[in-house]
Amino acid sequence: MDLHFGDSKPTDEERAAVDSLLGPPESSWEGAGRFEEELRWARGGRAARDRRDLLLPGLHAINDRIGWISEGALDYLCRRLTVPPAEAYGVATFYAMFSLRPRPATVLHVCTDLACTAAGADELCAGVRARLGPGSGVSVERAPCLGLCERAPAALAVKAGDPVRTAVSAPASARAAVTAASAPGSAPKEPPAVAAVPQAGDASLVLLRRVGVVDPSSLDDYRAHGGYAALRRAFELGPAGVIREVTDSGLVGRGGAAFPTGRKWQATAEQPDRTHYLVCNADESEPGTFKDRVLMEGDPYALVEAMTIAGFAVGAHRGLLYLRGEYPRALRRMEHAIARARARGLLGEDVLGQGYAFDIEIRRGAGAYICGEETALFNSIEGYRGEPRAKPPFPVEKGLFGRPTAENNVETLVNVLPVLTMGAPAYAAIGTGASRGPKLFCVSGSVDRPGVYELPFGATLGGLLELAGVREGLRAVLLGGAAGGFVRPDELDIPLTFEGTRQAGTTLGSGVVMAFDGSVPLPRLLLRIAEFFRDESCGQCVPCRVGTVRQEEALRRIEERAGAAAADDIALLREVGRAMRDASICGLGQTAWNAVESAIDRLGAYA
Amino acid sequence: MTAIPLGVPRRLVEFTLDGEEVRAVEGATILDACRAAGKEVPTLCQGDTLTPRNACRLCVVEVAGSRTLVPACSRRAEPGMEVRTGTERVRHSRKVVLELLASSVDLSTTPLVAEWVKKYEAKPDRFGPDAARLDEEPRVDNELYVRDYGKCVLCYKCVDACGDQWQNTFAISVSGRGFDARIAVEHDAPLTDSACVYCGNCIEVCPTGALSFKSEFDMRAAGTWDESGQTETTTVCAYCGVGCNLTLHVQDNEIVKVTSPHNNPVTHGNLCIKGRFGYQHVQNRG
Repeated sequence: MDLHFGDSKPTDEERAAVDSLLGPPESSWEGAGRFEEELRWARGGRAARDRRDLLLPGLHAINDRIGWISEGALDYLCRRLTVPPAEAYGVATFYAMFSLRPRPATVLHVCTDLACTAAGADELCAGVRARLGPGSGVSVERAPCLGLCERAPAALAVKAGDPVRTAVSAPASARAAVTAASAPGSAPKEPPAVAAVPQAGDASLVLLRRVGVVDPSSLDDYRAHGGYAALRRAFELGPAGVIREVTDSGLVGRGGAAFPTGRKWQATAEQPDRTHYLVCNADESEPGTFKDRVLMEGDPYALVEAMTIAGFAVGAHRGLLYLRGEYPRALRRMEHAIARARARGLLGEDVLGQGYAFDIEIRRGAGAYICGEETALFNSIEGYRGEPRAKPPFPVEKGLFGRPTAENNVETLVNVLPVLTMGAPAYAAIGTGASRGPKLFCVSGSVDRPGVYELPFGATLGGLLELAGVREGLRAVLLGGAAGGFVRPDELDIPLTFEGTRQAGTTLGSGVVMAFDGSVPLPRLLLRIAEFFRDESCGQCVPCRVGTVRQEEALRRIEERAGAAAADDIALLREVGRAMRDASICGLGQTAWNAVESAIDRLGAYA
Repeated sequence: MTAIPLGVPRRLVEFTLDGEEVRAVEGATILDACRAAGKEVPTLCQGDTLTPRNACRLCVVEVAGSRTLVPACSRRAEPGMEVRTGTERVRHSRKVVLELLASSVDLSTTPLVAEWVKKYEAKPDRFGPDAARLDEEPRVDNELYVRDYGKCVLCYKCVDACGDQWQNTFAISVSGRGFDARIAVEHDAPLTDSACVYCGNCIEVCPTGALSFKSEFDMRAAGTWDESGQTETTTVCAYCGVGCNLTLHVQDNEIVKVTSPHNNPVTHGNLCIKGRFGYQHVQNRG
């Protein structure tokens, strides 16, 4: 490798930010002073390249401290990690939360996605901009879904410094958002996670039962409420026994793809190639989804325990938790929980004295929906652009760092705890024949009690909406988020199961249920969905990179049109949509047309 | 005589291609099998000297049992696979991909694309006059080659050739995201401020002419570029002892561009700055 660095130097502050992550530089090769004896040996090579995965944490360190990433800072980070500056530039420009141009230290991310748009995000944006005015020292950025849909409209303020400070304002008024941005440290506290669980206190809850009951910072409290019983049982069963239980329970992935978890674990565990990895996908970015946030904020030890069990089952000694960059509170809670578990011997060299070594490392995302795609997530962790890889090979064969990897969503992992504590037969008895167990639903929009609901598979859409207090004048329900589909108000008898939604020609996805009344015109919502996909396409393949742009252009043209005046563009949308679905590399492009198609075909949009 | 490495004997896999039984060596891609069977499959991002990126999606084919179409360039042939290359579904995706590309990128110097547009009945104009295009100005920041990113289809070939697949210089990368993604050096600086060593191996693999010799760029601008009037002569580079093959493209008794045969077992089409650009002395006539 032929590294070339420019002349830009980091400021002391930038240098300190990088050094706080990597330690002080050891030689002039890494940017320290130059000593004569060093001219006789070179440092770098494989040892340095093996640290490539610290690139994303390094970019975070700079962005957190300074608010943006300068040429000098990027160069210094590249020197430290032996990464070519062009590649690091490519990585840094991939993420929405990083800026490579100077910007104010405070950034206010105002969510303009579906639930927030319906709750007045445009007015909020305008109000905030009017109050702040130019020269306010706050950069206002329109953000995709912040995962705070139950408290729409939402805003997240991030003030760079040491330490970086964040504040969430939701439901946000222009005044509250501006307060949060100008003094994140003294902004009013967020309501506890349990505020997002309208069923709290219901004895029948399985996954959410501890949210609001235990103190999320207390390991003792967690253990007093049944914590770590599942891990004990896992050690009794042994890895093969755990996989058998999980397979027999019928648990399938809750991230949207519904792949059988037991099969995934089995396939990973039996790979002869070592090292095995466990990756938890907490990059919850599907618009309208916030269940994983509530779980991590309200019951963080449950995820630590579940990851330990999963790691044990698949033969991994290192687990990585890829956590969305927009979830500061979940990050704090998980960091705390992992540190506590480590201090108490529940993570580390000898978990529970059973001779099994396992530890968890958190990696923060930086604003990229595509990184929720499993292989894009691996690339992101490894310090490359978060672009999906071609499959096959599948992650169970060649995943993170090219090794066998089991990758599971937060909710999927948390389901493993009841599988082990109640036993596979009892767990499998919950739900329907093909969809087993309890399921979390993220209900938002035009309902009185938005939040995360836990219901056994098999409840109907109408039943769930009734529970959430659906308001008068329901016009459409979006299932599965932006990658999902719309259904009509007269289709509320759809059973909320994988097979039921499939039969009805729609999808359960990650469990988003978003109710819309007529206050926001449907074409406006569709345009927002199209903008979302255009913004979030990684740009790797042509159908998605250009197709999402053409889709947005066509929807913009027909925003005010209907009938014959829109017919040509709808035909065009169908053709482009079909090619995106058939020929895109990954699920993003393949589903980018779903919601629009369902709105045209089921709701009669533009008719 | 060039020694041809035979390698380990490989098994053959049998599968059906458009209803006919075909055999391919184990490890061969569907594209290899298609080409061996004389079937035309359009490709842009596939390169004979590079690992496929399957980014352009022009080569998609239908494989029984697969939910989506699969890229022929990177999917290996498997025993019993049923592959179809000419179905309506395949033709539709290829057509739309061509329309999406031709409506956003200047494909005027991309070989074969006009034929494909005709063959698949693609109509790039249908997205209207306001359809977003790349609209990049050519970057002329050095004497040797020009980067015209208005012609770039983001096939990643130049990045791979510059990076770990051939040159190991890592001067360029894809930056940005989605439709705004562009090939760039760090901080989008001029090439002269980058790690570029001007080997020109990126030009060698560029499928669209987005990267071109400055001589070719200038002649095209002046309207004097005449490919039909050019001769190609393959010779040996005289600079050092490696003995790389050079193919000199000569028009009106002037060398206008230098390429290198991709099937050369030593260099695989790669050269250094001297072989690629150091030809001026040949034409210093007195």
